[in-house]
Amino acid sequence: MLSLLWLIPVLPLAGFLLLALCGGRLSRYQIAWVGCGSVGTAAVTTALVAAGFFCTFPDQESYRQTLWNWIDTAGMTVGISWYLDALSLLMVAVITGIGFLIHLYSAEYMAHDDGYARFFAYMNLFVSAMLTLVLADNLLLLYLGWEGVGLCSYLLIGFWYREPEYGTAAQKAFIVTRIGDTAFAIGLFILFTQLTSLSIQEVQSRAVEAWPVGSNPAMIVAVLFLIGAVGKSAQLPLQVWLPDAMAGPTPVSALIHAATMVTAGVYLIARMHYLFALAPMVQEVIAVLGLVTLLLAASSAVVQTDIKRVLAYSTMSQIGYMFLALGVGAWSAALFHFLTHSCFKALLFLAAGSVIHSLHHEQDIFKMGGLRKQLPWTFWTFLIGAAAMSGVPLITSGFYSKDWILWSVWSSPLSHQWIWFGAVFGAMLTGLYSFRLIFRVFFGEVRTMPTGEPGLAMRGPLVVLAFLAITVGFLEMPHTLGHVTLFSDYLSHALPATDLLPDMDEGSEAREQLAVTVAALLGIGLAALLFLPGSLLATRWADQSPVLPSMTLLQGGWGFDRLYDRLFVRPWFTLTRHPHDMLDRGYEWLAVCAESCHGWMSLTQTGHVRWYAATITVGTLILLGLFAL
Amino acid sequence: MLSTPALVLAIMLFGLGLIGLLSRRNILYMLLSLEIMLNAAALAFIAGGARWGQVDGEIMFLFILTLAAAEVSVALGIVLQLSHRFRTLDADAFCELKG
Repeated sequence: MLSLLWLIPVLPLAGFLLLALCGGRLSRYQIAWVGCGSVGTAAVTTALVAAGFFCTFPDQESYRQTLWNWIDTAGMTVGISWYLDALSLLMVAVITGIGFLIHLYSAEYMAHDDGYARFFAYMNLFVSAMLTLVLADNLLLLYLGWEGVGLCSYLLIGFWYREPEYGTAAQKAFIVTRIGDTAFAIGLFILFTQLTSLSIQEVQSRAVEAWPVGSNPAMIVAVLFLIGAVGKSAQLPLQVWLPDAMAGPTPVSALIHAATMVTAGVYLIARMHYLFALAPMVQEVIAVLGLVTLLLAASSAVVQTDIKRVLAYSTMSQIGYMFLALGVGAWSAALFHFLTHSCFKALLFLAAGSVIHSLHHEQDIFKMGGLRKQLPWTFWTFLIGAAAMSGVPLITSGFYSKDWILWSVWSSPLSHQWIWFGAVFGAMLTGLYSFRLIFRVFFGEVRTMPTGEPGLAMRGPLVVLAFLAITVGFLEMPHTLGHVTLFSDYLSHALPATDLLPDMDEGSEAREQLAVTVAALLGIGLAALLFLPGSLLATRWADQSPVLPSMTLLQGGWGFDRLYDRLFVRPWFTLTRHPHDMLDRGYEWLAVCAESCHGWMSLTQTGHVRWYAATITVGTLILLGLFAL
Repeated sequence: MLSTPALVLAIMLFGLGLIGLLSRRNILYMLLSLEIMLNAAALAFIAGGARWGQVDGEIMFLFILTLAAAEVSVALGIVLQLSHRFRTLDADAFCELKG
């Protein structure tokens, strides 16, 4: 069964090829079958492969399958080969499973779009590239997938290409992530010149042998890989592309910009964890970057008016938690938050898509309201997603994963107290912005009349994801609550365990958890106080909402867009628009020369046949004369 | 030797043909001049073959004869078309293809 592994990335690729080559000749029904079917069969194959993997799991921790040699030159062999271990199996399961649900949802959501075949072709290509990324046995193949998902992200953000601003958003996403990708590529070059291998396993053993902790090459490569991960995962300072990426269709935001692609940076750092263990300073930087991003993004999410932008900022914020966990060495906790986050964030995006769908593509939350009665399915699933994101204790998955991260931050020797306080403050903000959405969209009076609940193909994925958003958390429960360690036991075969400070006991863990719970509930309570229609402050602010000067700053995501515009975009455009470019002079002179030569030569083309005969004669005579001499 | 006067004759014929080609404006006369030049070249081959006692020169003569026949048939077709279109045989009138 394990030998079926190669089929997993190939099936969506086949779906892409079929749709790209003859999508125009298929009916909508057939397109939906091909698009969903390819990912669905990939998910079934994943289940079979997982069954085969677990048959021999604790004894055989990994499985490698080489299809053929891709590049084989002197001193460098790169194969098309897949590597399956606990970490990549987790990623593959999430990508194919949640990917299939989102494809199913899109079959109805996009049903009336002109580019139906194009949409599914891009989505299938994306799934294939993402699977290549996580299954790659060597870093070059991983980079191929890395660029592939970047390309599909660009194509799908600009899916409605007739709107110029959507095209701009797509270009912005592509160019900003390109900065990270370039750093990643340079990191690969350095890694190869230093260790003469790109295979992940070989690099691991050689790096640990050749580089002492804190040595220069390890630091440089770790920093470059971090820049790559930061670009892909929309962390500070390359986070500006993600809010604009919401220009794409909502299922795209759910699949690419919430559940899978933006977590590729987390996967990269987790996969190369030994490298970051060799560079402790870089690891500290990861933690601080994660913390700053999660606070900035959470505070921006509180004041956004577009439902999808709220979710985009919340994605940045939740990935900030994952980076924070990676930074303090809690590898499994980061991956657990990845798992729960991809469930509840995909759910939130799909439920938001359902709201947008039924309101004729209205995305402004101030024009929504009172949808609780009209859209009960959407309301309950959205509520479960928001509760999971805010970490409502005991019953939601987000509580268990966030609690694990915060406990690791509290107890890790790599962390500081103030990082923990920042992260807990972020947890409060999470509750605030999640339930602000709930109260704005689903409570109060009806402002826009919805067309009614979506059909079965959209409702089904919502219910399944809502179920997952609650139950996935029970895979791992802390000491104080049941002490289930299924997830950490499973991942301990691929990732090292978290170090804890020596003087941590269950009492301090319970106190820490209480603080986190109080913070989350405080955020939800604050949201109820501020935004629940009929509450004290909401009625007082109903007439004139206080426009603070900081609100505009927060709405623009702390002004990073404007800063980059001033620093890079405008100077560059001024430079390119300068009429007297020094470099152009040389090339202009060349052009003038060529033009005048052409003028002289064309004078000889008179059209008189006798003139031609004469020139041939004279030319022959000159040549004969030259030979004679 | 016989070949030297034959070569001189060939050069004279070639020169005459070239002068005719360059100076005449009537396209029929230009074709005639071309034929003279071709025959001059053929004569030079014959002279060379006689000088070295080999058949190659005569074979080349046969080739040139065939070539001249083919060339004339094509050229006369073009001349017919030109006279139809332009109502003249003046070569200088056909100068529309300027660079």
